[in-house]
Amino acid sequence: MRYGLKIAFRYLTANKAQTGLLITGVAVGVFVFIFMSALIGGLAVYLVQSTVGNVSHVTVEAPSREASLLVSEADGDVLVVTQAATNQRELLRTADAFLPLIDTWEGIAATSRQVVGNGLAVRGQVRAPVSVTGVDLDKLSAIADIAGSITSGDADVSGMKVVIGSSLAEDLSIRVGQVLRLQSDRDIDLGLMVSGIFEIGVEALDRRAAFVSLATARTLFELPQGVSRIEIKLEDLNQAEQFARRIEAETGLAATPWTEGNAQLLSGLRAQANSGNLIKAFALITIVIGVASALLLSTYRRRPEIGIMRAMGASRGFVVLVFVTQGALIGLLGGMIGAAIGFAALSPFPLPENAEPGGFPIDVRQGAYGLAISLTALGAILASILPARSASRVDPVSVIGQ
Amino acid sequence: MSSSSLVSVNDLIKTYGEGDTATHVLKGLNLDLERGDLSALLGPSGSGKSTLLTILGTLMKPTSGRHEMLGEDLTSADDAELTEFRNRHIGFVFQFHHLLPDFTALENVVFPTAVHAGRETRAARERGRELLNRVGLGERMDYLATQLSGGQKQRVAIARALINRPELVLADEPTGNLDRESAEQVMELIGEINREEQTSFLISTHDEKIAASCRRQVLVRDGETADMNA
Repeated sequence: MRYGLKIAFRYLTANKAQTGLLITGVAVGVFVFIFMSALIGGLAVYLVQSTVGNVSHVTVEAPSREASLLVSEADGDVLVVTQAATNQRELLRTADAFLPLIDTWEGIAATSRQVVGNGLAVRGQVRAPVSVTGVDLDKLSAIADIAGSITSGDADVSGMKVVIGSSLAEDLSIRVGQVLRLQSDRDIDLGLMVSGIFEIGVEALDRRAAFVSLATARTLFELPQGVSRIEIKLEDLNQAEQFARRIEAETGLAATPWTEGNAQLLSGLRAQANSGNLIKAFALITIVIGVASALLLSTYRRRPEIGIMRAMGASRGFVVLVFVTQGALIGLLGGMIGAAIGFAALSPFPLPENAEPGGFPIDVRQGAYGLAISLTALGAILASILPARSASRVDPVSVIGQ
Repeated sequence: MSSSSLVSVNDLIKTYGEGDTATHVLKGLNLDLERGDLSALLGPSGSGKSTLLTILGTLMKPTSGRHEMLGEDLTSADDAELTEFRNRHIGFVFQFHHLLPDFTALENVVFPTAVHAGRETRAARERGRELLNRVGLGERMDYLATQLSGGQKQRVAIARALINRPELVLADEPTGNLDRESAEQVMELIGEINREEQTSFLISTHDEKIAASCRRQVLVRDGETADMNA
């Protein structure tokens, strides 16, 4: 093994220009692989972050109540007509019992109890439909980054205060410190002071959302107890489906992951990942073909030497080892150089979380450096098997007379 | 086989091709070599000398016949067994030296031992140095093969052939590519080693002077042998 390695290394260093070119080719292929991984990964992070970064990753609600049949189907054919109880609101009455438990789970970034309802924001003659969300005072920015998106005033919903979106404020021509009337669908009317105006960049929130305290929402929607839903933010939003299943299993509540409402986004991300994988596969194939052809040439050029080695007692296995080792060394060296160049070239790019809109969302963390090096080494080893086998079949007799 | 018998071939036949295009190179050849022999293999071109050397060197199998060396039947051995046997018991010196060009003189000499052991052992390097000193290349050990003259390369090839202390060294026109002075030096060296280490040499040559310097002359003609000393 050690001697095979020595000979392989000597062969590679004997023709430095050819070996250098070969390693450079492999390194370029690895760089393309890493660049594509970082770009596709970064793009996915950027898209997901900008689409679902400010929404709940898992939403827990009360399971819908269905009317139960009082007659058995065994008694005969039963025709059932069900009418949804539109005036009844599903309530999470046991939220307070479950929330402390869910809060302790690893991977949960934040939870937020909410009372939600629809209403109208009234300012003089102008009326605008709003979706009112009542939250615990310290949880206003738990899901959407309201505090970080405030353009005017403060993120404060204590007492009789309300935080609204910038588009809504514009529609109502209202500023911080002025009073806004909120009229709920339960015909409760409250005058609230606008304490802050935010701009998240999502039109649905900026034009329709109004945040108040949990107590204010209870008054507006006549809900003295329970909550409408619990919104959960995860540390890794890709774990949403697993968490939703776990919540349903352990609490019996209905839990909806963000992925259910974003099928198109997921399908787009999958298509994008597949395209990236295809390009990466082509990069690997190029590496394999390059290494195989270079080693085949080397095998041809070294036929006399291989014949002499065989005559001196080198086994076929030893000859295979020498050429496969050359492939492995080229793959490893090219892989490491390509990975190092990739890391150095991609590091200056800002992370996708901080990328400017319209920027280049490259995620240097997703370069898949280890995978790129391993696959390249493996590919180079596989590529060297054909030349190595061909070398091991060289007949010493055919070259001794030359 | 007697206790001093080294190689024995009987009714050796080697045929290339089949049917009408078949070429019969060896036609029932018989040959015995004793330990410590210094034999010259003579014969015109195409007589089968090289084919015989190739078969004796286990690089090729005969079409039929029996080939024994050191009491082992080599006709039934497989490629791996022949490779191992060749490495341990047979040395080669070729007309065109056939050194590995990217390796130094010492590395070339040590190759047969290292390829068997899997590494260049200290003992092998010591033996390699000793042999290179013996062939007068003590000063050239670390020279690449490409930096040596033709005569020097051939002397390195002789040292390489001896590194594993083989019982038999097969030399195919070892002086064919050398000037007269270098050829004489090489033959002198072979004679010395033969006398001192009892290594058997079978030297294929067209040169009558070289053949005369050997104790035995074997003539190959039309695929058969005739012992000229008999």
